[in-house]
Amino acid sequence: MSANGKPKFAMYWAAGCGGCEIAVLNIHEKILDVDANFEVVFWPVAMDAKYQDVEAMPDGSITLTLFDGGIRNSENEMIARLLRRKSQILVAFGACACQGGIPGLANLSTPESLFAAVYDGISTDSQGVRPQAVWQVPEGELHIPEFYPTLKTLAQVVPVDYFMPGCPPEPHQIAAVVDLVIQALHGQAELPPPGSTIGAGYSTVCDECQRARSVKHIRAFERIQHLNHIDPALCLLEQGLPCNGPATRSGCGALCPLAGAPCIGCYGPAEGVLDCGARLLSAFASVVDGSTPEEIERCLDGIPDPAGQVYRFSLANSLLGGGKAAGDDEEAEQELSYEAAYHD
Amino acid sequence: MSDSFEPVLIGFTCNWCSYRAADLAGTARVKYPPNIRLLRLMCSGRLDPTFVLKALASGADGVLITGCHPGECHYLEQNYKALRRYLLLRRMLAQMGIEPERVKLVWASAAEGVKLAQEITDMVEEIRALGPLNWPQRHNGAALHADEKAVKEGTA
Repeated sequence: MSANGKPKFAMYWAAGCGGCEIAVLNIHEKILDVDANFEVVFWPVAMDAKYQDVEAMPDGSITLTLFDGGIRNSENEMIARLLRRKSQILVAFGACACQGGIPGLANLSTPESLFAAVYDGISTDSQGVRPQAVWQVPEGELHIPEFYPTLKTLAQVVPVDYFMPGCPPEPHQIAAVVDLVIQALHGQAELPPPGSTIGAGYSTVCDECQRARSVKHIRAFERIQHLNHIDPALCLLEQGLPCNGPATRSGCGALCPLAGAPCIGCYGPAEGVLDCGARLLSAFASVVDGSTPEEIERCLDGIPDPAGQVYRFSLANSLLGGGKAAGDDEEAEQELSYEAAYHD
Repeated sequence: MSDSFEPVLIGFTCNWCSYRAADLAGTARVKYPPNIRLLRLMCSGRLDPTFVLKALASGADGVLITGCHPGECHYLEQNYKALRRYLLLRRMLAQMGIEPERVKLVWASAAEGVKLAQEITDMVEEIRALGPLNWPQRHNGAALHADEKAVKEGTA
């Protein structure tokens, strides 16, 4: 508790786009309840803060911390560990912290190929330049965070109390969670068991979608811009659009499919689904209309990037976790750091 | 790579055909290498691609999926579903950097013990030539944790 008796609140933006931070403001006047019930002690987007201030806080003194974004570099990991130590309730907030999100798709590539795309591309005149973790200047030594070979989810780095999926989490779900935590602080409600997914449903997006489903036979998969007409009442998958609804957790109210755009899977795997991508792969392939390899392959050509389609938000937390090359890089780096630790 | 590399293969068989083909190979004393661990499913259509990914992530060097010949499925047409899933899975595994030889689909009827034994022998040798997969283990911390949870809840 702080001097004014209010429990403390923190929020941190790691490797992500920051949309989760905006989503918190999208709860509108409910943000006043947050202010009335919590003292915000650390929220770099909203107020000035120094890491040293957090380090100086007693362990476990922050009641609720929302952590959005994945772990891409040494700074993200350092803050994740710091906030874990200082927080009673640590929430992986949003798709990136829970599942890796869009930045997790980079696990299909090695860091060198990522750097080549960013620094040697046509949009930059810094050909061949690469970020250096340590750099000597006349004034001394400069350090920037070290870029990791792969992106990790928050739970792959520190223990996490609750997972709140979504890209970003829907405002009404955030508001409900804020209400629940406030009630729990006043002893009027009980928090779910640690490790639970909160602010989301247990079923799939298809369960919330009002579109009609009948017998599924797909002759060709299409990209949405190639369809002349989209039936407003019929399942998008049946119309040939790869829709991630069948394996994606409910909770959003099927916003995208009901607006005519296929689900992209931002709420991550539904309850009990171990690997979101494998389930989606199964759902898409099963409805292909064709019984010879040639017919089937022709239909599958309509999904040009299967890994990106089925793992758009969940690659970093999938069984394989990404491509082999990036994983090998990480293992090599771990061995180096073990060796360094040994020689120290 | 040392000469002593013995590949580990996981083989999924169908109760009605390929499992019986393997059984027939045994009773007929047809030899095939012990590198493959055969698991019986009721049908190749039961094969969730999750099983294949989990096998590869947990240390298998290759996965062999077997089922009834097209048109001969005990459950009418589930082996066609297995074929479709396999073809899409293969495209995705290529994106992950896994060689296509490591995951194979083979049809074998209950009478084809010799054929199945030959397919297994060929695949073991192909994978021995490729070398170990050694899937990087650091990816799996959270996934395995989730797995334990699923087992406890009976949803795995």
